[in-house]
Amino acid sequence: MRMWFRSGAPWIWLTASAVSVSLIMVLGLLGMITYQGMGYFWPHEVLELQYQEPGHEPARLLGEFSEHERVTATRMRESGLDVPTAVQTVDRFLVKTGNRELAGADFRWIVDLGMRGQTVPNDVMVLERREWGNFYGYLRAVKEGGTLVAQGEAAWPALRERLQRALGLFERIHAIEKADIGAINYALEKLRLAERRLELSHDSDTAKHSRIAEQRSEQQTHYEQLQKQLADLYQELDRDSLSAEVADGRVVDVKLAKVVRVYQPNSMSIIEKIGHYMQKIWEFVSAEPREANTEGGVFPAIFGTVMLVLSMSLLVTPFGVVAAVYLREYARQGVLTRTIRIAVNNLAGVPAIVYGVFGLGFFVYFLGGNIDQLFFPEALPHPTFGTGGVLWSSLTLAILTLPVVIVATEEGLARIPRSIREGSLALGATKLETLWRTVLPMASPAIMTGVILAVARAAGEVAPLMLVGVVKLAPSMPVDFNAPFVHLDRKFMHLGFHIYDVGFQSPNVEAARPLVFATALLLVLVIVLLNLTAIKIRNHLREKYRALDG
Amino acid sequence: MATLTHGLDASILDRSIQPTKLSDLHKSIEVSNLNLYYGSKQALKNVNMVLPRHRVSAFIGPSGCGKSTLLRCFNRMNDLVDGVRIEGKIALEGQDIHARSVNVADLRQRVGMVFQKPNPFPKSIYENVAYGLRIQGVSKRRVLDEAVENALRGSALWDEVKERLHDNALSLSGGQQQRLVIARAIAIEPEVLLLDEPASALDPLSTLKIEELIYELKSKYTIVIVTHNMQQAARVSDFTAFMYLGELIEFDATATLFTNPKKKQTEDYITGRYG
Repeated sequence: MRMWFRSGAPWIWLTASAVSVSLIMVLGLLGMITYQGMGYFWPHEVLELQYQEPGHEPARLLGEFSEHERVTATRMRESGLDVPTAVQTVDRFLVKTGNRELAGADFRWIVDLGMRGQTVPNDVMVLERREWGNFYGYLRAVKEGGTLVAQGEAAWPALRERLQRALGLFERIHAIEKADIGAINYALEKLRLAERRLELSHDSDTAKHSRIAEQRSEQQTHYEQLQKQLADLYQELDRDSLSAEVADGRVVDVKLAKVVRVYQPNSMSIIEKIGHYMQKIWEFVSAEPREANTEGGVFPAIFGTVMLVLSMSLLVTPFGVVAAVYLREYARQGVLTRTIRIAVNNLAGVPAIVYGVFGLGFFVYFLGGNIDQLFFPEALPHPTFGTGGVLWSSLTLAILTLPVVIVATEEGLARIPRSIREGSLALGATKLETLWRTVLPMASPAIMTGVILAVARAAGEVAPLMLVGVVKLAPSMPVDFNAPFVHLDRKFMHLGFHIYDVGFQSPNVEAARPLVFATALLLVLVIVLLNLTAIKIRNHLREKYRALDG
Repeated sequence: MATLTHGLDASILDRSIQPTKLSDLHKSIEVSNLNLYYGSKQALKNVNMVLPRHRVSAFIGPSGCGKSTLLRCFNRMNDLVDGVRIEGKIALEGQDIHARSVNVADLRQRVGMVFQKPNPFPKSIYENVAYGLRIQGVSKRRVLDEAVENALRGSALWDEVKERLHDNALSLSGGQQQRLVIARAIAIEPEVLLLDEPASALDPLSTLKIEELIYELKSKYTIVIVTHNMQQAARVSDFTAFMYLGELIEFDATATLFTNPKKKQTEDYITGRYG
């Protein structure tokens, strides 16, 4: 036994098990997120349940099972359910019944005591809608302007066909509203600011004023034309509707204009289901959110996250490298540089929210406020840079990650052999030329290591962003087709904040929960992707500047 | 008369027996009353010497005797070391190299240096040789091409690398790397070439090539070489300085120094009586 201890085997076991535990935890977490998040997009079976809660009228329910739990009978009795005395525990299920506008809630708990039978009807139909969440029911008829055009067997194909048309119309309306009218609004806002600028500078040049008025009326006419076009399209869109029988037997009408997708999950083949699944995932990563972020996609949030991290890297790298070069190459090594180094290292331990407060106070209010006073007085009191935005968020994250880059760069610089520096100096290069042509390129892999660590830290950071520019729903993206194309003053969406918002601030937490997992998975993927890119760049640099060994 | 032991044969000195008097030659570097301190430790003690132009001068002596330190004074490489203090005067072609008007970078372009271990930059062979010229602001492709070829021919490396000028310099062998570094140094056409034990990290064959190269180069450059190897000093140099504990003991024509040393210490060293 003593020999075994002295051989070092227990030590190896200890270290190996530490690694295993970490691995299991990471993989377990990823596995859970993946399972919970990716299951959401699968078209689940919709069941028809005959249900009678003890002491209530029998009822028919339509919906998907989403959760199961076992609770003590006492607890159910306390909550008012009439449970027979012999029963110790009660199984209960959460069923997604949809039809929020009819039932008041999307989800309903049912207990297995009340289950009187369940079937899987082939013709049950699920509608994904632009408001009120999912709809479950049996298609009865399709109507055009209130008059019946198809019913029974013929209703389903007619519905598919008319939905295509409605979706096409919706697409056109969306394009006009977003792009054309967006551009007009942007132009009108610019004209308003131009006019205000003239006013502020007491410029009463009538030519300028009339030119603005002329341009404005031009935009106005264009706008009115578009409005007319839109009105027509909306009327077209409003034409069709469908009638469906819901679980309680009522027949309700739903406008096709409100429908995003329609499918009959119980009669789909496995291939159709996979197709549906892919479509949903694609929608998730490429579309904009609907219904207070609980439905639709997260594309603006992906875009915001990536843009934030990239601009943060662009800001932090030069700044950190320059600081590290001074500390390592120029400053006299002594108590002061050591103190500075310790201070820099400690900055990495400051809570992120403190950086957020600093960003809000210094960047947003002080810098942004002054920039507004100096350059955008015409827009006041509406702030331009004096409010949170991509620029200030990137800067705040850049400060947050600065220590990492400084430390990594310093280590890289320290590793460049003295002989290389002397070789360069001996050829008549100055210290700056030596740094620029030889030392920094050779230290670039280490710099990239710093950037990788910075990206990993910054991409997952949410708390400081809440103070300096992230929003739950940004009306427009920080990059668009209106000159100057990149709007660093705009607020933006972020995957991390999206998780917080959907998971904890949503009016419909049950419906949104799977989306939280999916978003978390996506955030992890985005970070991994950003990191892989950085690692690839680093390996390329390493290969290029493979230094002398020893 | 000293008996030359451990295989140092007087015959290898034949080549350099042209008893030129040092005072007749053009002075390239003139050192007067040079003292150098690392902090409180004195590393060079009152060194006075004149190095002749277009000749090879070798510095020999036991480890830690200050020969490398002295060599590094000539291109002010010691400026980089913290806590160094230099007294006395070093003149290059009559000009004090410590004068305020002298730019260190310019000085180093005039006084090239090759180090003990090959230290090519992690760039292509071409870029290594062109480095000094690029620093000087030369960017014309044609000028660079020509200079690179001349320098590589000058260091007898051209035939070996002309097919792969754009390969990484680190793919060369140690001996090739050292000749590349010499090519890099002569590409900017210095007046003086300082070699700090250029062959000590190389195998015998590569050493031989470097020595032949030194012999070739002396027609164009003033060469100062530090070496541990007395045979090497005898083989390649015209003049030899023997240093001991920071002092210049003796400086004379190589043939004279090895065959007829004036100082007891020199004789003891070259006959192997010092460890």
